[in-house]
Amino acid sequence: MNKFSRWFSKNLIRIYAVVGFTYLFIPIVYTFVFSFNNYVKSNLVWRGFTFNNWKNPCGVLDICPALGNSIKIGLIATTGATILGTLIAFALGRYAFKGRGIVNTLIFLPMATPELVLGASLLTMFLNFGFNPGFWTIVIAHIMFCISFVVVTVKARIASLDPRLEQAAMDLYANEGETFRRITLPLVAPGIAGAALLAFSLSFDDFIITNFNSGTTITFPLYVYTHAERGLPAQANVIGVSMFMLALIIVLAGQFVGRKRKTTA
Amino acid sequence: MAAITSKRGPSLNPLDSLKNKVGLPYLLLLPGMFWLLLFFLAPILTLVSTSTKVPGAGIGEFIQVHRWANYWDALSAMHTQFIRSFIYATLATLLALAIAYPLAYAIAFKSGKWKNVLLVLVVAPFFCSFILRTLAWRQILAQDGFLFKILQFFHLVNSSTQLTASTLAVITGLSYNFLPFMTLPLYASLERIDPRTMEAAGDLYANGFTTFRKVTVPLSMPGVVAGTLLTWIPAAGDFVNAQILGNPNTTMIGNVINAQYLQTTNYPLAATLSFILMLAILAIVLVYIRRAGTEELV
Repeated sequence: MNKFSRWFSKNLIRIYAVVGFTYLFIPIVYTFVFSFNNYVKSNLVWRGFTFNNWKNPCGVLDICPALGNSIKIGLIATTGATILGTLIAFALGRYAFKGRGIVNTLIFLPMATPELVLGASLLTMFLNFGFNPGFWTIVIAHIMFCISFVVVTVKARIASLDPRLEQAAMDLYANEGETFRRITLPLVAPGIAGAALLAFSLSFDDFIITNFNSGTTITFPLYVYTHAERGLPAQANVIGVSMFMLALIIVLAGQFVGRKRKTTA
Repeated sequence: MAAITSKRGPSLNPLDSLKNKVGLPYLLLLPGMFWLLLFFLAPILTLVSTSTKVPGAGIGEFIQVHRWANYWDALSAMHTQFIRSFIYATLATLLALAIAYPLAYAIAFKSGKWKNVLLVLVVAPFFCSFILRTLAWRQILAQDGFLFKILQFFHLVNSSTQLTASTLAVITGLSYNFLPFMTLPLYASLERIDPRTMEAAGDLYANGFTTFRKVTVPLSMPGVVAGTLLTWIPAAGDFVNAQILGNPNTTMIGNVINAQYLQTTNYPLAATLSFILMLAILAIVLVYIRRAGTEELV
């Protein structure tokens, strides 16, 4: 009995994990299957298999410009937020200074504020100053809400560093600059890369804040949302599934490179 | 900055290096903090200032009269939606915890060399657009959707059952959409547990369940706190799930604020509701953190 219950409890968690993963992937499988739908106007009913949507992802009006905007905004916002956030993370992780509590609060608050409030308040300010929302207001907003996530991610990496590595470099007559460049930065780099990936995914998929500050600029999530009621083309499924696959490949490749470096080191 | 860029030896001027030591952290903080002050704090203050305005003579014109009674009016008009949002967010968070904990546990302790791959698979579905996923759920739960047909086959639903446009659909959608925010912190805290603590519990004659309850769960509490917060906060302010998966009786406060901003353009009311939402969430979060006993979150 004890043996059986142990077997059961051991495998229960595995069974549960399989169920959990099924739940996670149901909408993805659905989106994938319907990307091959030979749809007419709206992609709700199955009308037969076709490769046309995959051969011609830009075949519907506005969808690729929207995707292009999302990628451009994502790249600019990621660069901005990663630089600003990493600098803050180094200040918090490496130095003692007055006003630390205030800085921590200002980093924490945007994460504890719902996106709706972030987006709405920013729009209120832009409108008060007679600023027309558009491409650059989206970039500004995205950098703002990504900074905190970058700080938290990079700070965690800095905190996990073994201080003896830097001390060893200093003992070997490296000055502060050299130690930073050749020891600290390479060790923190995976954390920065992870933070950048996180920032890009947050920016690329953001709908709520963008919806407020977009003006007439359309991003991919905005495209999907505005076309949902009128009938979404299957090309949106193609792009969604491609992003999923791309992310999978990038992250798995990163893992593979990371493991290889670890084993050769 | 000189300390970082100079290549050879420490700075010759002792005053220079002293200045660097004192000023450097502030220099590093300056651009990011400037950004947050300008595009986070200043907008919040603008929001507060807009919230006490009243409609003026012209359309879309609002006059500042410092009418704090706006807050009372907004609360008495919309308290149902506030309460509903917090209940939905709490139920969705509990559901996400129930799904994510075993998942994170399995990945941390039972996955062997597949650990990294499984971890990526947990996050990967969330690169397929948020809105697309929610729309997919609507189609899957619809009466002509495949999940409905499967449930019908097992006589779990009949043709009069409505799975979409329901409270259940909104809560399920919320918990699904914010699941990685729950799973990742849980995994991070479970993975950090020294397996020897569990072995020690076993050596002291604790069975599997007792070990889990007395050792694993308490040690994973930081992950539980972080995960529940990261799920609950966006869920409480969300309007997309209620919009796509709900009906007029599942309206959350996010839907109201969104409509007041973008359709009715009653900016003072929208600002009042937004600020109440922010304060309520902050208050609840602070009480929760205090009770859970984790001070250092960032």
